[in-house]
Amino acid sequence: MTDIPYTPAARRIRWSVLADHAVLIAGSLFLLIPLLVMLQTTTTTDLETIKYGPQLAIGDQLDDNFRAAMFKASGFSGQNTGLSMLINSTILGLGFALGKIVIGMMAAYALVYFRMRFATLAFWLIFTTLLLPLEVRILPSYEIAQKLNLLNSYTGLILPLIASATATFFFRQFFRAVPEELVEAARIDGAGPVRFFIDVLVPLSRTMIAAMFIIMFVFGWNQYLWPTMITTEEGMYTLVRGIKQLTQDLEGTNIPEYGRANMLALIAILPPVAVVIFFQSWFVKGLTESDK
Amino acid sequence: MAQVSLNNIRKIYPNGVEAVQQTSFDIADGEFLVLVGPSGCGKSTLLRMIAGLEDITEGELRIGDRVVNHVDPADRDIAMVFQNYALYPHMTVRRNIGYGLKNRKTPADVIAAKVREAAEMLNLTDYLDRKPSQLSGGQRQRVAMGRAVVRDPSLFLFDEPLSNLDAKLRHQMRIEIKALQRRLGVTSVYVTHDQVEAMTMADKIIVLNAGRIEQIGTPSEIYHNPASTFVASFMGAPPMNLLDARFEAGQVRINGGTPLLPASGSGPVTVGIRPEDAELTPEGPLGFDIQIVEELGGHRLLHGQLADQPFTLHVGKEVEARPGAARVNLRPEALRLFDKTTGQAL
Ligand SMILES: Nc1ncnc2c1ncn2[C@@H]1O[C@H](COP(=O)(O)OP(=O)(O)OP(=O)(O)O)[C@@H](O)[C@H]1O
Ligand SMILES: [Mg+2]
Repeated sequence: MTDIPYTPAARRIRWSVLADHAVLIAGSLFLLIPLLVMLQTTTTTDLETIKYGPQLAIGDQLDDNFRAAMFKASGFSGQNTGLSMLINSTILGLGFALGKIVIGMMAAYALVYFRMRFATLAFWLIFTTLLLPLEVRILPSYEIAQKLNLLNSYTGLILPLIASATATFFFRQFFRAVPEELVEAARIDGAGPVRFFIDVLVPLSRTMIAAMFIIMFVFGWNQYLWPTMITTEEGMYTLVRGIKQLTQDLEGTNIPEYGRANMLALIAILPPVAVVIFFQSWFVKGLTESDK
Repeated sequence: MAQVSLNNIRKIYPNGVEAVQQTSFDIADGEFLVLVGPSGCGKSTLLRMIAGLEDITEGELRIGDRVVNHVDPADRDIAMVFQNYALYPHMTVRRNIGYGLKNRKTPADVIAAKVREAAEMLNLTDYLDRKPSQLSGGQRQRVAMGRAVVRDPSLFLFDEPLSNLDAKLRHQMRIEIKALQRRLGVTSVYVTHDQVEAMTMADKIIVLNAGRIEQIGTPSEIYHNPASTFVASFMGAPPMNLLDARFEAGQVRINGGTPLLPASGSGPVTVGIRPEDAELTPEGPLGFDIQIVEELGGHRLLHGQLADQPFTLHVGKEVEARPGAARVNLRPEALRLFDKTTGQAL
């Protein structure tokens, strides 16, 4: 190694790097320690957990807890196993994200590219729905879903959630920034409205779509209130509400199933994390740059 | 191939701007027409009406023997090259060029062959698999040309296609576009605000000003016989000299003194002369106070005052000149007279 001259400047930079890392490490620990504690409890028996609380030692119960979490049902029907809840959650997350993207893109396309009489009014009407999230209109929404016989169905789980002002808004802003000549060139090239949408606009929006997909998938995955209302059959439970079901055992006489519940919680974290990691580079691109 | 005719075409934008006043002209089959004029004069509007990208408020537009007022751009058998090229950023050069054919349900092998042919013609063969973002400005320009050429349209439309290129490349592309158009013999309408482009490329020039046609003519007619002071000062670099003069005693006299040209009339008049139509000579009847000598290699431009009015003189490189007093002669046959108030040629 060659000698690096030791100068005050280098020293100062060093310190600032150290400080940066200290902050980052502290932040990471703050986020990770609860997860590590959860992970620890999934390796010991529930009896040990209730007697000693979280410990440093790692037990041998990981496999048992995993099986219990994935394949044991806790209800009457035996249908709400971890696996079936995982599947339901995935369907909800995917349907929610894709549905929002498709509807948002099509609405934005209509608003930006077609000379409609009341386009601005339509946009603001859509926009004001941001002020009326599902929680506000939950009773009428429930009643409609019920009247349409959508209780305990995937349609009922997803459809009332997907009409989205957010996605429409983002895609509208994005489409407005696409140069007008591109539309005109496509018109002269003989591409009709549908062709232009599919051949030009969708590929141009792919980073935006990826960004939307991440946000919406995680958002859909974490839905709690609506699935709780709309699903009464255990076979339709999603993970987020299913975990709640497990911890309720605490009130009974049995020992709460810490290992199983924590394992399930960890499993519930994984798919959103995987989606974020997978789409991460696109996500950043979608929010910051574009190759228009 | 097609001839185009505009019959009393007019354009009023929804906000009430009259961008093009009633306009009629014909473009012959295979002709290269240049629309030239200052910014905002309505060149693009006129072109976009021909393309079908803008509604025609009034009048009738024919391409070939069809009235196309209400025909979709895709069905007008035209191709257009845009100022910023408008290439599809996510498609390769190959797909960019072939996209119009694909939409017309051309078989894939025919598309491939035509794209290859167009690419060869435009020296793009090595770049067919690149995206537009990986090309230089000149190459993008060529791709835009390729997209137009490949469809074999009966009319090319260009909206300032060279204005994003540097001077040297612009010069080169100017020649290439003109040569290509000659070779293919396709009727073309070319919009520019650059009078050099207009002069060098056009078979016929239309000079527009504020939504109105000032003059239609060949480059030579426009240059030598401008129809108005506007055309005289817009076309040519440096522009035509315009001097205030008067009709007096059967002569056009400048500054109440030197007679320039026998002519009948009365009152004030504007006299125009191209900088190269005046000569520096000791016997010249007019005094010229040279202030700046602009050295341009092949020739020199002398800027100064003639009879207290700004004047520019173009002399060959063999003519020595330095700031100071000199005498000039204005060739009488090169003088043009314009109405002082309307600016129209007399
Ligand atoms: N979409 C529009 N709505 C209203 N007015 C417009 C519109 N487009 C152009 N105009 C107006 O019409 C006039 C002519 O515009 P046009 O774009 O044809 O000019 P141009 O000659 O092409 O100028 P440039 O050399 O700057 O491109 C201008 O006064 C412009 O402000
Ligand atoms: Mg223009």
